[in-house]
Amino acid sequence: MSNGQNETGRREMSGAEMVVQALKDNGVKHLFGYPGGAVLPIYDELFQQDDVEHILVRHEQGAGHAAEGYARSTGKAGVVLVTSGPGATNMVTPLQDALSDSIPLVCITGQAPTMLIGTDAFQECDTVGITRPCTKHNWLVKDVNDLARILHEAFHVATTGRPGPVVVDVPKDVQFAKGIYTPPQTAPRTSYQPKVQGDLEKIKAAVALMAEAKKPIIYSGGGVINSGPEASHLLRELVDLTGFPITSTLMGLGAYPASGKNWLGMLGMHGSYESNMAMHDCDVMICIGARFDDRITGRLNAFSPNSKKIHIDIDPSSINKNVRADVPIIGDVGRVLEDMVRLWRATAKTDKKALYPWWEQIAKWRARDSLAFKPNNDVIMPQHAIQRLYELTKHLDTYITTEVGQHQMWAAQHFHFDKPNHWMTSGGLGTMGYGLPAALGVQIAHRDSLVIDIAGDASVQMTMQEMSTAVQYEAPIKIFILNNQYMGMVRQWQQLLHGNRLSHSYTEAMPDFVKLAEAYGGHGIRCEKPGDLDDAIKEMISVKKPVIFDCRVAALANCFPMIPSGKAHNEMLLPDEATDEAVANAIDAKGRELV
Amino acid sequence: MNAQLQPTGSAYFIAKETERPENHTLSVLVDNEPGVLARVIGLFSGRGYNIESLTVSETEHEKHLSRITIVTRGTPHVLEQIKHQLERIVPVHRVVDLTVLAGELGQDRPMERELALVKVAGTGDHRVEALRLAEAFRANVIDANTEHFIFEITGKVSKIEQFIAIMKPLGLVEVCRTGVAAMNRGPQGM
Repeated sequence: MSNGQNETGRREMSGAEMVVQALKDNGVKHLFGYPGGAVLPIYDELFQQDDVEHILVRHEQGAGHAAEGYARSTGKAGVVLVTSGPGATNMVTPLQDALSDSIPLVCITGQAPTMLIGTDAFQECDTVGITRPCTKHNWLVKDVNDLARILHEAFHVATTGRPGPVVVDVPKDVQFAKGIYTPPQTAPRTSYQPKVQGDLEKIKAAVALMAEAKKPIIYSGGGVINSGPEASHLLRELVDLTGFPITSTLMGLGAYPASGKNWLGMLGMHGSYESNMAMHDCDVMICIGARFDDRITGRLNAFSPNSKKIHIDIDPSSINKNVRADVPIIGDVGRVLEDMVRLWRATAKTDKKALYPWWEQIAKWRARDSLAFKPNNDVIMPQHAIQRLYELTKHLDTYITTEVGQHQMWAAQHFHFDKPNHWMTSGGLGTMGYGLPAALGVQIAHRDSLVIDIAGDASVQMTMQEMSTAVQYEAPIKIFILNNQYMGMVRQWQQLLHGNRLSHSYTEAMPDFVKLAEAYGGHGIRCEKPGDLDDAIKEMISVKKPVIFDCRVAALANCFPMIPSGKAHNEMLLPDEATDEAVANAIDAKGRELV
Repeated sequence: MNAQLQPTGSAYFIAKETERPENHTLSVLVDNEPGVLARVIGLFSGRGYNIESLTVSETEHEKHLSRITIVTRGTPHVLEQIKHQLERIVPVHRVVDLTVLAGELGQDRPMERELALVKVAGTGDHRVEALRLAEAFRANVIDANTEHFIFEITGKVSKIEQFIAIMKPLGLVEVCRTGVAAMNRGPQGM
């Protein structure tokens, strides 16, 4: 004990040392952050070690989204370090984004020293108060002897159960104070015990229901990705065993391969016709790790009216929240699927012939070709740009992030994912500006992979400053902007709802994205003609530094198919029916009140 | 088409609520740590739930456990959501809907009691009448001089409401109420 250490790893150190030690003990390799007065002791400790690499962003929001991209693509917690006051408030958007999409984030914030808390000190804010509703849990550490335990607990809470963001607020005097560090322990607090194993009787009931189904559909979501690669593997096995068609939410893309023969495409507001029609007409729906979000269900009282619904979710509050489940199964998707596959093998005989009529019906819907668009030889159609991007990158290990808007939906529709954890997008919160920093985070985790942010010209300007970070850390992210000079989705809704009065959805002054890329020390490419597109994309892939690709696309293209607000799955607006008049009358007075 | 319409009452779609709102009493066992009450209250305000009454105090000192009693109003569907949302809060150990549990135990409703301090000032007939009624309600006088009384009254919410109403014309000055404390009948704990 002469050196202050004993066999159990307990050791005296300063609070700042504890923070860095806890990061190491929890397996953290990368940390995204921005220094400031209230975290300087921790930055001093970071300076004196090499185990944890710190990525210096240009704005705290960028750190948050980068950590989200990092987490989503690795399955590990993303870690952020920011200062008090504005540092913490700038993190609010990524925290809520991570909460909405169940992404594990550990955010450490500096705080004014404990004796100044409550005095309106410089850069003081009520961080735990502000972040309470946008985190899974948060802590204000007032005693350095609690710090190690709380940090380990923070990692445990963020990464287990339904994952989510947590905040640990550490006052500056606690960072300087000396205390006893304790290593991570296996016994978590008694009040937090997520249920991971599903009820076997319920799973049996689900399998029995599935075995009798004539018109079944599997509807999977982000929970499958969050559960880990084994869950995706089991999902594929279940689809192969049962022969059921499968659709997925935006967050769940990649869990079942888009090249798989049972794949119907994404469902929901901008989902494929066949997936939404199949959801509407099915007799048994198996919802796996998804939460019946309003973008998925459309009009709730007309949602899949004749089906029995099986709902697998780790969060009991997701069950019966929007849609009644006939067979609710609470547990981790991976564990439940393991039981389900085993029971199906043991008890159910797949009668694939019984599903023929259902597949025939689906084939008819599929023949409607709902994602079709009119090709154009003079201007680049945005859908075409995504298709070419996919064709030219599918043989590579490609990760895609997006911003939010039309380009996001086109990416989801026309870029096809065969692997989980390769698609990062802001689904629940819909955060414009997510994609660029998220791409940075993905690239930091996967140095040799191709990481592309499919962006819109409006979104990308919200976090453009992180180009500088990408250049600094030689992270060769590709920012593929579908530039139509509009906030395309805003404009589309103005056309649908507000008599085509395009109030402030056109950007009259646009930066020269090529020069902007060069100004940051990156590489700029502009493409205006469909004939030049392939060569330009190949150039983008070959350049070994950050690239901004200004892809000038048809300005007035809209995103179809679409379930207008207040409509049901079987009332989709298809691209070939979307005349100006149909668009203007698609949403009735009641639907106008919805978002 | 759409043969079996089942409105689910989501905030998203303005569907007619077919279920009737009910008052339920919830017992929530939590770690007594800073901010835990704010988490519970924030959940109710953030998700638009109602709080009719709320009481909280540490009930097991050695384990630092507090018991929060919340009377809330909602449809059965919303009440189920409230319970599950409360259970998501990390320092929450258990949530018991005492009203549902009473039903399962074959009882009318949980045992619910409230304490109120009622200050009444006046002289002459009003003063005599106030004291006489207080005795009828089994309220204790805990402070008095020649011009006022403070009554301590314990009982069901309805009894306290009635007592306060009666005291109004007799010189009611102020009222302080604890909110409802509740548990279920029978030998078992929550």
